[in-house]
Parts: sequence; structure tokens; C-alpha cells
Amino acid sequence: MTDTYFEILRSGTNSSIQDKGRNHLYHIGIALSGAMDQRIFSISNALVNNNPNEGVIEFAYQGPLLKLKNGSVNFAITGNVSFNILRKNSIIEEGKCFQSYFLEKEDKIDIIYTKDSVFGYLAIEGGFKIEKVWGSYSVNTKAKIGPNNGEKFSVGDKIYINKSEAKNFIKKKIEYKKSVETTIRTTKGTNFDYFSEEAKNKFFNEEYQVTNLSDRMGMRLEGPKLENIVNTNIKSEGLVKGVVQVPSDGNPIIMFSDHGSIGGYPKIAVVITADHDKAAQLIPGSKIKFKEVNLDEAEKLFKSHFNETKNYIEQIK
Amino acid sequence: MIKNISNLGDAAIYCDFGKEVNKNINLNVISYFKHLQKLVKEKSIEGITNLTPSYNKLIISFDLSITNYAKIKKILETLEVKKNNQKDSKKIRIPICFDNDLALDLISLSKKLKISPNEIEDLYLNKEYFCYMTGFIAGMPFLGDINEKIRFDRLQTPRVKVPKGSVGITEQFCNIYTFESPGGWNIIGNTPLKVFDKLNLSNPSLIKPGDQINFYKISKQEYIKWND
Repeated sequence: MTDTYFEILRSGTNSSIQDKGRNHLYHIGIALSGAMDQRIFSISNALVNNNPNEGVIEFAYQGPLLKLKNGSVNFAITGNVSFNILRKNSIIEEGKCFQSYFLEKEDKIDIIYTKDSVFGYLAIEGGFKIEKVWGSYSVNTKAKIGPNNGEKFSVGDKIYINKSEAKNFIKKKIEYKKSVETTIRTTKGTNFDYFSEEAKNKFFNEEYQVTNLSDRMGMRLEGPKLENIVNTNIKSEGLVKGVVQVPSDGNPIIMFSDHGSIGGYPKIAVVITADHDKAAQLIPGSKIKFKEVNLDEAEKLFKSHFNETKNYIEQIK
Repeated sequence: MIKNISNLGDAAIYCDFGKEVNKNINLNVISYFKHLQKLVKEKSIEGITNLTPSYNKLIISFDLSITNYAKIKKILETLEVKKNNQKDSKKIRIPICFDNDLALDLISLSKKLKISPNEIEDLYLNKEYFCYMTGFIAGMPFLGDINEKIRFDRLQTPRVKVPKGSVGITEQFCNIYTFESPGGWNIIGNTPLKVFDKLNLSNPSLIKPGDQINFYKISKQEYIKWND
């Protein structure tokens, strides 16, 4: 039988295979990786009847142009994404996010861009023909680990698909409400007291702008400089996703999925888990505000975030 | 052994073992790290996703949908951890080439320290190092302590690309760049040895926290031929 695969006609700015992420390797310096927006990643899989941790294609800003070779597939795209389905009889169908589609050989998916957001996801029913490395499908371009030799996709690459034919297409969809909230909630960091009273006030009361220097590793912010009154370096120690570090220039940086496993800048705050997805989707130029919550509140907010994701998945019809 | 336990965000625990950086405190960190690693492997603690030991801290990350800060903290407080006796640590010899093309900062460091390059080499080779931690990039070992005479601060402007295999020094520490990476350490040589091997799935990192490392000098020719 002939293999069913996508041929990449345009790779897009940053397209790679991601899943929930890779655990138990921080101690040797290997980051989590994984989808930057975990919620809509898991919804993309649910829309095509996949197990919630199947590997999908994550793209950012401009997405890929993919041509299906042989067979047929069911797919779904999640995010706030503008895309077209170019049928082989030259009919152009405008795609809608959060619903599944049937695609036949020689049809193309043209993922044009992510609107007012950074990341989107493309899931295929049955998943891609890829192997897990250290328990995960996620590509880690820094350590060159994962499918596609740990690289993002480039033109001409072929992405093989597990199921050669999609049988029984039933359209599945949900109404997804995109959050427009730009308040990022954090708990106090372990070096909170390294900062002056004025800096602490500024951090929680003034606006910070997302800069262009933002990617899967981290997000650099610009705004009122945060004065450190103790030491602008600490003894290098572990980092986790969501940590807000402040180097000597006084501008905060939020750590994301591909961050280095250890760092030596003071940690003023940590973004709560419930707000990781939201923070990752902020485009350069966005103005954000930080709000302090305590651990108890953070845990409650996680619970409601977790239940909300579960509800979305249960609502899929 | 743990001096203070606090939360790092809502999904990690921050264990502080003391202010100083020394082998004694670091061995306490490693003791807890190895003990917990075993418990995680045996599945006797659920929800832990990562353990990150460093000089004097241990960060325990967990999945908030399975466990939480209070539960893990309680486990930590009742844990009986024996101090690591270094029985499972290895002695590893690492080849280093000090050729000028590879030792990017040896000459300038020699001028700054007012010690000849040969003397820096000798002082560097003549010591056994202890691996405090690995990380930042995959498999990068943080070793120490180097001779007091050859200690120096980081470069004022970090390099955008430090070549793979570079051996760097800063303050009381030395390291090996397992990948090409940005970095600000003073590069005094380069090793052709594969310190991190992603194809070795069960044991990718040659050097682990607690291991003892010696360097030995090789010529440029030996360096070039190493991976033939």
C-alpha cells in the first residue's frame, strides 16, 4: 500500500511536532518542550478522536502549506487561525477552527496566519507516523531531540500519517471562546525581596509590553525597570515554566517551554499554571499587567482552568 | 539537610540547602535528588515530573492535576535520606586540547591573570574536579573547584556562539559546552570527547552530579584524529 503523507510546500515561520511535553530530564539540561498552548492542543486531538497526548503540528504566525499525498485524512485546526482548504478541483474552502474536516489526496491545507495570537495546532486522526524520544513526540530544536531529527519543518519535508485512509467522516465541532484577558496572574518569586519596594509596586501595577524577542524559550518584556537592591545574579539554580526572571537591565523575562534548565537571574514572580496558555499567545506589542495571587488561589484557579478544558472536550459533538 | 522549603509558583517546590556553594552542601542536594529519583522510578510518589538539582538547591516540579505543594512538602518532611557516600559516583578522565585555535581565551586570560598559558594549563590539569550539576544545555557539567590562581569573571560580552566541546572557566567553576551555544565563560581548551550522546537513550550524559573528573592534555593531532 502507498503511504499517506503531507508534503510541505511552505514550512511557515516555526512549525514543529509537539505534544504534552517531555518530563524527567531537567536534571541533565533538557527542557520540557511541548505545546505552548496546552488547552487548544488537547482540544485539537479530541476533535479527531485522538488520544489527548498524540503528536500534532504546532505553528506560529505564518503556518505551513501542506499537500496530502495518497489516501485521505480527517483533520482539525485549533487556535485563532486563518486557513483555506484548497480542493483538488480548485475550489477554495475557507476553514473554520475548532471543527474537523475531511481531506482527500492532492488537496492542500494553507495555514495563512494566526490572528491576534501566536500558536495554532493541526491534528490528524490517528496521528503522525513518528516515534517518541524519551517519552515524548515533542521536537526540541535546542538539543535536536524528537521527530524530524529534532528540527522544525522545512520545505520538501514529508510527514507520514498513521492511517492511510480516513473512514467514516463525521463533522465534530465546538464553540470556543477565546480569552481576551491580558492580566497575567503570578505568585511571588523566590527572590521577590531582592527588589526595591518601588520595583515591587511597579511590577504589579504598571503595564509591560511584549517585545519581538519572544519565542518558545521565553518572552522578553519591556516596561518600568525593576530595581534590584540585593544582587543581580544568584547562584545558578533550576528554572520552571512560568518563572519571571529579571536580569541586570531590569526588564522581566517569562520562561516558556524550551527554556534552559538552569539560570542565574533573580526570580521576581512565577506565572500561575492556569495562565501559561494565555501568556504564550500574547503577540509582540501586547500590553499586559501582572496580578499577585497566593498559592491557595493559584491552585483553585488551576482547578477551574482544568475543568474548563475538560468541559470543552466533553462538549465536542 | 534541607534548610528551607518554599513554593516556586504553583507547580514546583524549592528546597534550599544553604547559602554557600561547596561540595558538602552539594552532596546533600545530590543525596535528596538520588533518593527522590529512585522513589519516582519505583512509582512510590506520584505526580513528580522533574527533579532539578543545582549547587545548593533542589527544585521538584509536579503535575498540578495529580498532586500539589502541600502533599509533596509533607512527603519531604517525613523522608529519611542518608548522606550520599559517593559510592555510585564515577571517576572520569577527559582529554583536552589547548591549541590556540580552540583555546579562544587562553592568551587573553593569561594576560589578565599575569600567568603564562603553560602555567594555566598545568594548574588546570593538576586538579580533580567535582560535578556539582548538569544543565543549562543538555549534558553540560558544572565542575569545581579550579585553582584559586586561575579564577576570573565571565567575559564582559558573552559570545553568541561558543563551539561545541569548549572547556570554559569562570569564578571557581569549569564546564564543557556539549552543544554550540551562546555563553560567557573563558574558553581555555576543547575536548573531542562526546560528553552528551542523544543516541544513548538510557544514559545520554557521560558526567553526572557527584562524579569526579580529571583532564589530560592531548595534541592538536590527537584532537583531530579523535573521532575518525
